[in-house]
Amino acid sequence: MTLTRLAPYLQATPLTLILAAFLVLPIATITMVSFWDYDSIQIFPAFVFTNYEETITSPVTWNTYINTLKFTVIVWAVTLLVGFWVAYYLAFHIRSATTQMVLFLVCTIPFLTSNIIRMISWIPFLGRNGLLNQTLMQLGIINQPLEFLLFSDFAVVLAMVHLYTLFMVTPIFNTLMRIDRALIEAARDAGASGWQILTNVIIPLAKPGIAIGSIFVVTLVMGDFITVRFMSGGQSASVGLMMANQIALLQYPAAAANAVILLILVLLLVGGILRIVNIRKEL
Amino acid sequence: MNSERRGPGFYVLTAFFALFVLFLYGPLTTIFILSFQGPNGGLTFPMNGTSLRWFRNLLFEQQAVGDFGGAFTRSLLLGIMTMLTTVVVSLLAGLAFRRRFLGAGPLFYLTIASLIVPSILISLGIGLAFQVFGLEPAWYSSAFGAHLTWTLPFGLLIMFAVFNRFNPAYEEAARDLGATPWQTFAHVVLPIILPSLVGVGLFGFTLSYDEFARTLMTSGTFNTLPLEIYGMTTNVTTPVLYALGTVTTLFSMGIILLALGTIAVLRKRRARRIAG
Repeated sequence: MTLTRLAPYLQATPLTLILAAFLVLPIATITMVSFWDYDSIQIFPAFVFTNYEETITSPVTWNTYINTLKFTVIVWAVTLLVGFWVAYYLAFHIRSATTQMVLFLVCTIPFLTSNIIRMISWIPFLGRNGLLNQTLMQLGIINQPLEFLLFSDFAVVLAMVHLYTLFMVTPIFNTLMRIDRALIEAARDAGASGWQILTNVIIPLAKPGIAIGSIFVVTLVMGDFITVRFMSGGQSASVGLMMANQIALLQYPAAAANAVILLILVLLLVGGILRIVNIRKEL
Repeated sequence: MNSERRGPGFYVLTAFFALFVLFLYGPLTTIFILSFQGPNGGLTFPMNGTSLRWFRNLLFEQQAVGDFGGAFTRSLLLGIMTMLTTVVVSLLAGLAFRRRFLGAGPLFYLTIASLIVPSILISLGIGLAFQVFGLEPAWYSSAFGAHLTWTLPFGLLIMFAVFNRFNPAYEEAARDLGATPWQTFAHVVLPIILPSLVGVGLFGFTLSYDEFARTLMTSGTFNTLPLEIYGMTTNVTTPVLYALGTVTTLFSMGIILLALGTIAVLRKRRARRIAG
C-alpha cells in the first residue's frame, strides 16, 4: 500500500482514537455499570436488573420523563417559530451580504459566552424586585410582584429559548441561503401569493435545516439539568437533573440506568426526525 | 429582488428581529450595569450609587468562597489545549474525508453521535470510566477529553463546509507545476483555508471555556471557571457575582473580536495578493 493510499487512515486516526476513548468507552462503561449493584458507600460489579426495574416502576421517574418531554416540546416549538423568522428575515429581507454577515454575528456572539452567566443575567430582570415587576407595578398593571417569573417552569422555558434558539437559526439560515432565488421568482410569476410562496416553496426547501435545528434543540433540552436546576430554583424536575442528583448521592448504577434510558429515548427522537426529513443532502 | 419595494412584512420582521436582539443582549446589559453597583447596593435595581467596589473585591480581595484566579487559569489553559487539538484533529479528519477510506461512514456517524449524546452522559461516562480503571480524573485529562467530544464534531462540520467549497483545480495546478503533496498542502491548501481554521479555533476555545455539564464529573479536585461561577450562585449574594459575569463575558467577547479581526485581516491580505 502506498503512502497516498494510507494517508486518509493516518489522518482519521486521531479523531477515531479520541472518540473511542471519550465517547464509545464511556458509554460502554455506563451500560456496564447500569447492571452493577450498589449500597450507600460503594458500587460493585454484578449483573442485576434492579436499577432498571426501580427506574421504570417508579412513578417519580415517569413524571420526570413526562416533564422533560413537556419542556422539550415547548422549547422546540418556540425556538422553531422564533428561529425560523429570524433566519427568514436575515436570508430574504437583508439585501447586502455585509449587513447579513454582521447581523448574523450579532446573533451568534452571545452563543459563544457562558451559559451560566446568561442564566444569572435573568435574575435582575425577572426577580421579585426585578425590572419587569417594578415596571409593571409602576404602570399600575399589577399591585403585587408576580411570583412566577423567576424560579418556575416559565423561567426554565424562557432561559432555554434564550440559550438554544441560535441552534435553530444557524441551520435554517444555511438552507434558506441555498434556495435558488429563481424558484421564488417563478412562483411569483405563476401567480403565487406571498403566503403560498412561503408554504409551498420556502418551507419545504427549508425542511433539512429545520430538522438539523430540531435535533440540536431536542437533544440539548432532553439532556439539560443545569438550566432546570438554576431557573426553577429546584422546583421542577428533568431527567438530567434526576441523574445529577443520583450522581451526587453516589448512586452511580441508578444514574447509569437512567442514562441508558435517556440515550435510547434521545436516539428514538432523532431517528424519528430523520425518518420525516432526509438531511443527507445537507451534509 | 433588489428593485422591489419594501412590503409591510419587512417592517414587521424588522421589529421582530430587533426584539430578538434585545432579548439576546438585554439581560447581559442589566448585569453589566449592575456590576457597577454602589458599595451598599444589592442584586437588583435600583442602583445604589456607582462604584468599582465589586470589581476590586473580585480581583484583589480574598473571596469567602472559591478561587477565581486559579479557576480562570485552569479554564484558560484547558481552552487553549482544546482549541489547538480541535484545530489539528479536525483539519486532519477533514483532509481524510476528502478521499474514500474504509470506515469513513461509521466514523462520520460516530462524530455526529458525539454531538447528540447529552452532555451529562459524557460527563457521567468519563467519570465512571476513570473510576473503573482506577484513574484520577483531572481537568487536563478527563475534562479535556470530555470537551473534545463537544468541540470536534463542530470542527469537523466546519471542515466539511470548507472542503465542499474548495476548488481542487488549485491543487491540480500545484501538482502540475511539480509541487510535492506537502508543498501543495503548505503553500496552496493551508493559506486558502486558514481563515476557517481560525473559526474552528474560536469554537474550540469558547465552547471549552464556557462548558459546564461536561466538566461537572470530570474536572477532578480543582474547579474550572464555569463550575466556580455556578458554585458562587448558591453562596454569593452580592454584586460581585455580576462583576465576575461582566469580566468573563468581556473576556469572551475580546477573544471573539480577536478571532473575527484575524479572519478579516487574513481574507483582506489574500484578496490583495490575488489582485496584485
